[in-house]
Amino acid sequence: MGSEEGKSATIIVFSGALDKVMAGFIIATTAAAMGMEVTMFFTFWGLSALRKGGPAEGECARNWMQKMLGMMLPKRAADLPLSQLNMGGMGAGMLKTIMSQKSFSTLPELIEAAQEMEVRMIACQMSMDAMGICREELIDGVEVAGAATYVGEARDSAINLFIS
Amino acid sequence: MADETLDCTGLACPMPIVKLAKLAKTLSAGDTMTVTADDPGFDPDVHAWVEAQGHELTSLIEEGGVFTAVITLQ
Repeated sequence: MGSEEGKSATIIVFSGALDKVMAGFIIATTAAAMGMEVTMFFTFWGLSALRKGGPAEGECARNWMQKMLGMMLPKRAADLPLSQLNMGGMGAGMLKTIMSQKSFSTLPELIEAAQEMEVRMIACQMSMDAMGICREELIDGVEVAGAATYVGEARDSAINLFIS
Repeated sequence: MADETLDCTGLACPMPIVKLAKLAKTLSAGDTMTVTADDPGFDPDVHAWVEAQGHELTSLIEEGGVFTAVITLQ
């Protein structure tokens, strides 16, 4: 695709932790607000942030291990755990309370803002295949592609982050 | 020449910048935006935003923790 030099940002979201994914979306929305073209590539645990919740939909092939993975992984952005001090979800709940008291945006709100700002979100096809996550389980507007699509964008970008 | 106002009080980073960027997209050169925000990071952030976008920060005042920025689009 390519864009004007210094005008695009690419972010790989590898982590599925609430705090880390939030950091990724804060940078993504800010870069978009500052006039950059932004591409986010979600791979491995990061895919959970794009699941829309509800029962597993879609007809992609899943074996029993993939079904179990799908069940154990967070089913939507709002359910992601913290990378530290999660304490079975209690830590995440406490942090969400503090953040709401301070009128921070929630992760679902940041994702919505990113969509409004036309941040391009790409789900890693291979990770989806490995984890048995079907296209239908992901929020609207997400593209499914491979590493070459990411590299194609990243080679011309001024900012390139890996959120692990 | 339009003069739009935007209230971002009660919003934390990055929302004031996201919202003013969205408003700026609907305006054209010569228009002004008056933005109020109480996010403590708004002062340096709005400077960074106008610099990156090539707009002009016509004024920025702070009163009781509330910033009022007037931005003229270039």
